[in-house]
Amino acid sequence: MTGFLSALPGAVSQGLIWGIMAIGVYITYKILDIADLTVDGSFCTGGAVFVMLFGSGANLWLALLAALLAGMLAGLVTGLLHTVCGIPAILAGILTQLGLYSVNMAIMDFKASVALSITNGETLNKLLVSLRFVKGALDGSFPFWRHPIIVVGLFTAVLIGVLYWFFGTELGAALRATGSNQNMARAQGINTDRTKVLGLVISNGLVALSGALLCQYNGANEINVGRGAIVIGLAAVIIGEVLLGKVFRNFALKLLTVSIGAIIYYIVLQVVLALGLNPNYLKFLSALVVAVFLTIPYWKGKYFAKPVKRGGDANA
Amino acid sequence: MLEIKNVYKTFNAGTVNEKTALQNLCLHLNPGEFCTVIGGNGAGKSTMLNAVAGVWPVDEGQIIIGGEDVTKLPEYKRAAYLGRVFQDPMMGTAPTMQIEENLALAARRGKSRTLRASITRAEREEYAERLKILDLGLEDRLTSKVGLLSGGQRQALTLLMATLKQPKLLLLDEHTAALDPKTAAKVLDATDRIVEKDRLTTLMITHNMRDAIAHGDRLIMMYNGHIVVDVSGEEKKRLTVEQLLALFSQASGSDEADDKLLLS
Repeated sequence: MTGFLSALPGAVSQGLIWGIMAIGVYITYKILDIADLTVDGSFCTGGAVFVMLFGSGANLWLALLAALLAGMLAGLVTGLLHTVCGIPAILAGILTQLGLYSVNMAIMDFKASVALSITNGETLNKLLVSLRFVKGALDGSFPFWRHPIIVVGLFTAVLIGVLYWFFGTELGAALRATGSNQNMARAQGINTDRTKVLGLVISNGLVALSGALLCQYNGANEINVGRGAIVIGLAAVIIGEVLLGKVFRNFALKLLTVSIGAIIYYIVLQVVLALGLNPNYLKFLSALVVAVFLTIPYWKGKYFAKPVKRGGDANA
Repeated sequence: MLEIKNVYKTFNAGTVNEKTALQNLCLHLNPGEFCTVIGGNGAGKSTMLNAVAGVWPVDEGQIIIGGEDVTKLPEYKRAAYLGRVFQDPMMGTAPTMQIEENLALAARRGKSRTLRASITRAEREEYAERLKILDLGLEDRLTSKVGLLSGGQRQALTLLMATLKQPKLLLLDEHTAALDPKTAAKVLDATDRIVEKDRLTTLMITHNMRDAIAHGDRLIMMYNGHIVVDVSGEEKKRLTVEQLLALFSQASGSDEADDKLLLS
């Protein structure tokens, strides 16, 4: 139990970081109605770009910006494969993801793992988040506000603010309309190809940003870090929706729900690990959780629906 | 206002499912003309509307709206000139968005979407006012999700969205066919009111001959991908269903007046 409790701040921190990725998944999966598998690759791309740039002495914010842009580029590729080349969205994402494995290797100088020199106090101090701050902010070796929960929490709040503003603009509304009903969107003069690409670009930018933050947190970027990211993202989206979907209706709160979903996901992982599960089974567990949570609403509608009076929909 | 010049369209060309949907279709609509379209299944009514809306490119011919050749423009660009209401009530609105958001999207048809607010306070007031013409009480439910509305309410809302910004041409594709008779009559009433108020050039497909005669100032009948009957003015006002059927057999060269045309 103490093992679990002491792991809790770390779990929440990780959940917050993955939550940013999950918000990216929310944009494609929920708003655009596209299951975008690019994220498994673009998550690592973000970390790779960050670790190489920051490692070679670049400014932290510049390295973060570069990671964001690299992710956006990955989203652009998927978007163009889907809209210009006519490849189904799910396959377009898989293609980009596969291609990104090589790209990520190339970015990381063909090493499977590249570490940040966090043993160097000066470098460590420059980082936005680190696993070391989790304890360090509590025992006084770092200021308390450097705790990843505070830093990433603020980061998330700002991102949610920006996204809330964006989806309230004409362009953001066009994007939402595209996901809601493409036919309607086109009839109202919206270039649905362009809005889809835009959504994929924004989503993968966020995913890469999350990857860059996790790379800092872990002190290294590893080529397989994004494997299964889409499932974690979906898990966060679904857990948040099941638990808080009825309470939070406002769009900003919905995004917050996704972040909370990711935190809950990581807390559950910690519980399971504390119970002694072999960590190798985690991916299986993640897949199972998502499968179950996707099944529940479907079965609810199919087998447990209350009979509705026929023709109710056609009556004004 | 609308000119369709010698348009051809064949689906699945070169396969066993080849279907010539439009054959040398020609139509000229004057500004302010309200034209009803009838014809049996497969006559090419919806295909004609889709060709005008640019859902897919036509094989041959020209489509001119308000003097501008739009034959090569994609669907979303032609939308600037068009208002459309579909047969399926689910097709014309965004179900996960609010009534006012749907209207705001329609108000920006033909404009580039910027980073300005998607809806303003002044717009909200305007939409509440505009919704009153439908007589469905939607003006009090501006922030309801459209997915919660009935088929008839959605169709009426789509109609209002289609005409919110005066379109050069209003395309109604059997927009009351999926509704129960009472609701259909209500939506048709609203259609008449809106078309009359703004003197909109309109093409309305209907399966109902009585409706085709009662509404609009011109009637065309399609058969085999082109127009076979075209009546307007006084002649149309005096038209009866029997006469229409006779005209159809005469024009199509068959005396089996298609049963599907007789609907109701």
